[in-house]
Amino acid sequence: MKYMLLINAGAVDVEGGAVGCAPEDWMAYDKQVHDAGVFVSGESMADLVTAAVVRVADDGRRTVTDGPFAEAREVLGGFYVIDVPDLDVALEWAARCPGARGGGSVVVRPIADFGA
Amino acid sequence: MVDVARDAVAAVFREEHGRLLAALVRRFGDLDLAEEAAAEAVAAAVAHWPVRGVPPNPGAWLMTTARRRAVDRLRRDQALATRLAVLRVEAERAEHAPPADLADAGGGVPDERLRLFFTCAHPALPAEDRLVLTLRCLAGLTTAEVARALLVPEATMAKRITRAKARIRTARIPFRVPGADELPQRLPGVLLVLYSIFTEGYGARRDDVADEAVRLAGILRRLLPEREVTGLLALMLLTHARRAARTGADGAPVLLDAQDRSRWDRAMIAEGAALVPEALAGPVGPYGVQAAIAALHAEAPTFADTDWTQIVALYDVLAAIDPSPVVAVNRAVAVAMRDGPTAGLVLFDRLSKEPRLRGYHPYLAARADLLARVGRFPEAAVAYRAALAAAGSEPERALVRGRLAELELESESGEAGTWT
Repeated sequence: MKYMLLINAGAVDVEGGAVGCAPEDWMAYDKQVHDAGVFVSGESMADLVTAAVVRVADDGRRTVTDGPFAEAREVLGGFYVIDVPDLDVALEWAARCPGARGGGSVVVRPIADFGA
Repeated sequence: MVDVARDAVAAVFREEHGRLLAALVRRFGDLDLAEEAAAEAVAAAVAHWPVRGVPPNPGAWLMTTARRRAVDRLRRDQALATRLAVLRVEAERAEHAPPADLADAGGGVPDERLRLFFTCAHPALPAEDRLVLTLRCLAGLTTAEVARALLVPEATMAKRITRAKARIRTARIPFRVPGADELPQRLPGVLLVLYSIFTEGYGARRDDVADEAVRLAGILRRLLPEREVTGLLALMLLTHARRAARTGADGAPVLLDAQDRSRWDRAMIAEGAALVPEALAGPVGPYGVQAAIAALHAEAPTFADTDWTQIVALYDVLAAIDPSPVVAVNRAVAVAMRDGPTAGLVLFDRLSKEPRLRGYHPYLAARADLLARVGRFPEAAVAYRAALAAAGSEPERALVRGRLAELELESESGEAGTWT
């Protein structure tokens, strides 16, 4: 069963990075995810502030704006997709993720399986 | 004969339903399939028992029949069979041990209900769904009964149950007891579900719903004799023991100070009080402390002769481990009983800025009582009117109106102090 872990940073520093995140913590976590054989995919955002939002209206008109970060308290910093037996195991991996600490959060969502 | 058999089926099913369902979910890994098989087994029992008699081990009979029905269903539905086979393999991967085969259980039905308690109260489910699933799956209530218990239309409840079960399947919420390291974080969620069912029943004066909560807490304690489980069961028993005394002949609520203590259920008090020492042995939790407070009330001959010194001390403990404005109000009332109304009012005044107590009827009513007891009648009248506006039910309003009327008599006669 695949789950997506959406990693949200609690606060953004002046350079657009997540506050209070040590790169070595992330490297250690990434290694654990790979070593355990649960890694499916994962990426991290280049920074937390660069984004463009595209909307297409009913009449086909396209609007592009910059990211809606002014009102968002948490911003997406990256994600993992992991393959584990059940939700409790996915929650355990989410709790170990450095992104769940320091005011950040990890949203765990089950991924649809159209094959079964 | 038919009626006797039907009653036997109903009684057995009620007692065995949770156990049957839990064993089936454990075996087949799917709540819907388990419920369907359990329902078919009961239908078969209703058809056969009146004719052939009730079997010597009705629980095992239901289990064997249900298992056969589930296997038949899986033979017909290959897609479901494949899906469940995958689930089973993955569950084994998670647990590093295959599920026990029921054939090895010596004819009896293994008790897998503890897993079901944790599944139904899983934190990934909405709080309301946890109550619904626990009542449906563990208490064995029908959809109509769950709807009645929670005062929701049956059609709405049917949809909610379907949605909740779909969520368990989609998110693959597991059917397992959390490990020792996780248990301290997960158990309070299970206890809160049971306590919420209890307060739902107790608040609405629905003894049947409160009874269900007590029964479930008893089952949970047999499966998991943790201190706080014992504390919760004791608290429920000691509170539920007052059920006959807390409503007057006119349906108005009778508060603890005015209850006829001879109407308390002494057997239930004894059962609850006997559990309190166990609930307090070791690091104490909020349910254990509340049970100890309830036990002190239960053994006091009158409200005035309650051991208020100990009750204040226990509220101090409760405020330290589980602080809340409601605990602070109860503590202030106990201090007023120990040291007099003036001392209580000092504490109430300190709580007056607490936003969560704004419109909290027990706080407003208790403060009005204290003002009346010290003879501050005009202020008491204002406070009673605020309590009247905040009262949630007609009986509560009637009680406050009664106090207001007494207050007017009191202030006319000019005598303060007869309230104490």
